[in-house]
Amino acid sequence: MSLFLFKRFITLIATLIGASVIVFLVLEILPGNAAQMLMGPDASPEAVAALATKLGLDQPAWARYWHWIGGLLTGNLGDSYAYSTPVIELILERLTLTVPLALLAMAFTTVLALLVGVTAAARHNKLGDVGLMGLTQVGIAIPNFWFAILLILVFSVQLQWFSAGGFEGWDDGVLAGLKALLLPALSLAVVQAAILARITRSAVLEVMREDFVRTARAKGVSQRAVLWTHVLRNALIPVITVMGMQFSELLAGTIVVENVFYLPGLGRLIFQAISNRDLVVVRNCVMLLAAMVVIVNFVVDVLYAVIDPRIKASDI
Amino acid sequence: MSAVPSTVPSAAAFKVPGFWRRALHHRSFVIGGVLTLLLILAAAISLVWTPWSPYEMNMAHKLKPPTAAHWLGTDTFGRDVASLLLVGARASILVGVIAVGIGLVAGTALGLLAAARRGWVEEAIMRFADFSMAFPAILSAIMMTAVFGAGIVNAIIAIGIYNIPTFARITRASANAIWSREYVAAARACGKGGFAITMQHVLPNISAVLIVQSTIRFAIAILAEAALSYLGLGTQPPQPSWGRMLSEAQTMMFQAPLLAVFPGMAIALAVLGLNLLGDGLRDLLDPRLARAR
Repeated sequence: MSLFLFKRFITLIATLIGASVIVFLVLEILPGNAAQMLMGPDASPEAVAALATKLGLDQPAWARYWHWIGGLLTGNLGDSYAYSTPVIELILERLTLTVPLALLAMAFTTVLALLVGVTAAARHNKLGDVGLMGLTQVGIAIPNFWFAILLILVFSVQLQWFSAGGFEGWDDGVLAGLKALLLPALSLAVVQAAILARITRSAVLEVMREDFVRTARAKGVSQRAVLWTHVLRNALIPVITVMGMQFSELLAGTIVVENVFYLPGLGRLIFQAISNRDLVVVRNCVMLLAAMVVIVNFVVDVLYAVIDPRIKASDI
Repeated sequence: MSAVPSTVPSAAAFKVPGFWRRALHHRSFVIGGVLTLLLILAAAISLVWTPWSPYEMNMAHKLKPPTAAHWLGTDTFGRDVASLLLVGARASILVGVIAVGIGLVAGTALGLLAAARRGWVEEAIMRFADFSMAFPAILSAIMMTAVFGAGIVNAIIAIGIYNIPTFARITRASANAIWSREYVAAARACGKGGFAITMQHVLPNISAVLIVQSTIRFAIAILAEAALSYLGLGTQPPQPSWGRMLSEAQTMMFQAPLLAVFPGMAIALAVLGLNLLGDGLRDLLDPRLARAR
């Protein structure tokens, strides 16, 4: 187990370094002269040179990369050009919305998918199964931002149960905050739940063919108990694998959905930073999202070993 | 940890007698095929005919509900929604074809190279694919847009680059299975080189997997383009795009809620069609998978 963890940890560090190199190359080297880009084509060469020196662009690329990585490790990410505020403060403030939103969406995804997947598997090839799987096909095809708009149309415009967007923060209480995130989280979750439900159904059907399930039923354990305890636990490996990949989709989805609901989260910050050509903010936000994706996949791999102790270091 | 299939379905299955008979009785294949044909037809028809000009604004007729003259009503600028939808299909197909093409060509080449060379080449390509997996399509596109500006070309390139590692992984896994076959060993014994074996034996035998994957990635590309255009990072005005139509419709939700329904439905039907077609092809080309599902 410890060798497995060690090998996965080394892979995690290597992937994080690789991702940081890609981010640096694309957002720091490719744009050429970032100072010129910021000041526009009409800026005088002296002013561009002065800004370049201020931003450290006169240093070699490796020194700038090293400086950035050092900043990432110590929390010193520099200042935003547009807001003239430390980037770390901007990001931390926005994370108080994006992380709860992604977690809430993941929770909805998991509950919906397990319910639909296990129910469909229990009614394999019957009307309920066909109907639920048809619904999941539709769910997979729906763009999350369109579903978000439909939710606003129904629950905000017609029924007026929820506000059509915005977020007042957590000062008014957790319930008020969660209420503001409910529709965005649902719109993110439905598409991912549809995918996960299909995976859950397949995995459950696969395990239901195993001998130990027949033995449990023969010993008189009820169908429901067999499904939700024996079968589901053994079907979790593929389900968790997909959940790990889906978390990255959910994080990426927040960029779009935060814009639909005008939520001041990390996604909207990136979007605004692009409009402002604020590359420092874009670079650090993109790196943060990529790191979250990589770390979640690491946690998923570790969970494999917890759920199924037969998985060893040699399996990776 | 990638699962390497023991056998890989071949595109030669298309030529097997009875394939099309089976295909026409396969529900997913038929529904998916019809929806995909409708998408292609909409784009093709819009090249020669639309009910109204999608670029012509008529403020006197703005936000009209569906009528005999304007089948799906008009938008904020009085443009005909049905015409905008027909022309919008072109943007979706364009992005899908080129972005999947980029991923297919570059990813397949990298995957084939990894499988043929093994060793450090395979390791390097696969680790690069791992790094790239940290960047979902939207994130890749955002990086591209931040550097090169918003536009359909950058969106296509970003979605295409995002597709490369996926195709590389699938190609390598499938190609590895072919490389372990006896007929490849026989070809080697006959003195054939790695390139010849790859082109004559490996590539033809993994083409079905690539075809199925292409339809799925096509659907994902349509969704990604719609999302980017919705954010204003993809197709730019005055070119119609389903994603941008949704973004414009959102500002008019209280006055004309139907405006937000039609473009979303078009995206969902296009994606549903491609997904069903992909499912159908997978079942038809590899019946073992159909039994397992």
